[in-house]
Amino acid sequence: MRILLDKFSKSFGSTKIIEDMDLEVGSGEMLALLGPSGCGKSTTLFAVCGIHRPTAGRILFGDRDVTHLPSQERNVGVVFQSYALYPHMTVEENIGFPLMVKRIASADIKKQVADIAALVHIGDLLGRRPAQLSGGQQQRVALARALIRRPDVLLLDEPLANLDAKLRLEMRSEIRRLQKETGITAILVTHDQVEAMSMCDRIAIMKSGEIVQIATPSEMYKDPRTSFVASFLGNPPISFLKGKVQQGAFVLGENGLRLPLAAVSGIPDGTPLSLGVRPEHFGTTAGIPVEGKVVFAETQGRENLYDVVLPDGSVLRSIQPVRDDVKPGDSVRWHLDSASTFVFAEDGRRL
Amino acid sequence: MAEKPQTSANFSSLPVILLLGFFSLPLLVMYAYLFIDTISDTEVGSLTPSEFTLRHWSFLWETKTGKPNIWLVTLNTFIFASCITGVILTVSSMAGYVLSRLNVPARGFFLAGVMVLHAFPSVTLIIAIFIVLQWIGLYNSLIGVILVKAAVELPLGIWLMKGFYDTVPWEIEMAGTIDGASRFTVWRRLVLPQIKPAMMALGLFSFLTGWSEFIMPQVLAPGAKVQVLSVYLASLIIDDNNFDFGTFKAVGVFYVVPVLILYVFFQKHLMNIYGGGSKG
Repeated sequence: MRILLDKFSKSFGSTKIIEDMDLEVGSGEMLALLGPSGCGKSTTLFAVCGIHRPTAGRILFGDRDVTHLPSQERNVGVVFQSYALYPHMTVEENIGFPLMVKRIASADIKKQVADIAALVHIGDLLGRRPAQLSGGQQQRVALARALIRRPDVLLLDEPLANLDAKLRLEMRSEIRRLQKETGITAILVTHDQVEAMSMCDRIAIMKSGEIVQIATPSEMYKDPRTSFVASFLGNPPISFLKGKVQQGAFVLGENGLRLPLAAVSGIPDGTPLSLGVRPEHFGTTAGIPVEGKVVFAETQGRENLYDVVLPDGSVLRSIQPVRDDVKPGDSVRWHLDSASTFVFAEDGRRL
Repeated sequence: MAEKPQTSANFSSLPVILLLGFFSLPLLVMYAYLFIDTISDTEVGSLTPSEFTLRHWSFLWETKTGKPNIWLVTLNTFIFASCITGVILTVSSMAGYVLSRLNVPARGFFLAGVMVLHAFPSVTLIIAIFIVLQWIGLYNSLIGVILVKAAVELPLGIWLMKGFYDTVPWEIEMAGTIDGASRFTVWRRLVLPQIKPAMMALGLFSFLTGWSEFIMPQVLAPGAKVQVLSVYLASLIIDDNNFDFGTFKAVGVFYVVPVLILYVFFQKHLMNIYGGGSKG
């Protein structure tokens, strides 16, 4: 079912969190709300599930206006960061609670709980209490409880934040599998770009209450609209060089590393710019040679990560297949793939 | 304490125990004497009991003239304490929830009011209450004194319950409403079970305060039909014509036994009032 936020605004007292936000999530789509803490992503999520009332604007599920419906009547499933399982109930009672509230016959509940428990692979844990489960198992119970009512919309609020690294990987694909199998429309709130990129069809990246860009993960990676988006996506992160325009080229510092760039043409000389260079675009086989000194090297097994200081003091990151010939302190002359760089204006806008 | 005392490596607990034991000794001796006195006769001026007798306990099977039946009095006390417990538990569990969670008008005023009432010495109100009860016809009735005593104890109960509700994570309630439950169902089925230990402790507290209450029943319900044990006990010592210390002590022991039993079985729950709540 499609979710539409139309000029949605939310303020707490006089503090405006979100103003005039428009967002559409297609039916069966999984969308990530990605952003730093305090950007309003959880507020948006809580408004969709009916815990926060919007200050202005409308929220639609399909063609149904749910803006003023209490959460009980919205038919949404939510997985909380803390899972919010009911500690005094067994797993079976936890999952069956939404049905019990609807006064469905207990034999029916039992059957449906067994079905959904099999779907999330916790069929053998039904008799336990939440305190007797591991983090990953609690997560699955929370998912089962959210899904058992066959909600129109599944909302996930940082569902993986409390899991250890290995489980996080496992649950990432698990949640995606369930979402695809059930064909449910889902919104994932996260501050982890890896989660957002690996799990979702599209990402809406947020900053101080506004959506900066909505795109598929690969589009957003290749074509970020602002320097904020570019810096948020990608691991290891992008590095920025501060320079000026000089005769159709990007010039760095006094002694002038010159990068002729198509994006710069037509911009008056002397305009300050910043250049975003992803680590995989520095240290390539072709491009403009850049001289610098390696100050930091880190091996990640398959790849090495280097920090290179340029003569003017700015730092470029480079990621390359493992090699043993470069150590911290070495001077290097590596190529920079200038065609893949991003040019940003001083205010962060992409040019 | 419910937990076993931990043996610390760097100091021995034996001297502490001996010291405490020594200073508690007078208390133990007094309790022992209290009990021995109820089943024996002692000659005047002597410290050692001279003969065994059940004479002092005869109030259990024969009603003294001018005194109500002991079993009726015990039943009254039981009803009194239980009803107070019931009222306090019902009202505080709901009021505490409202003050902790719901966005009610004048919430701050109510919180402050409860706090002030808790600190307020209720005895100062007793004459006013006496007049009110007489005026509405509840003087000398169990209902009247139950209502008054429960009302006086409520601020503490409400405040305690509010504190315990504050420790229940919001997410549980959010999850409940999203699962389709009404706010009442959420309270009843999801939140209330989280503070069960607190309910248990508050219930015991209320029962014990009800059981030991003296001033209110004495002033507001002194009649023979509605007398409670504390009033009965006091009437024994006031009665100058049939002065009987032995019986007085025996009734005292009889009065304290249920309290001791409650402590033995439920001390673990009483300790809960200092901790507990759900950690989500």
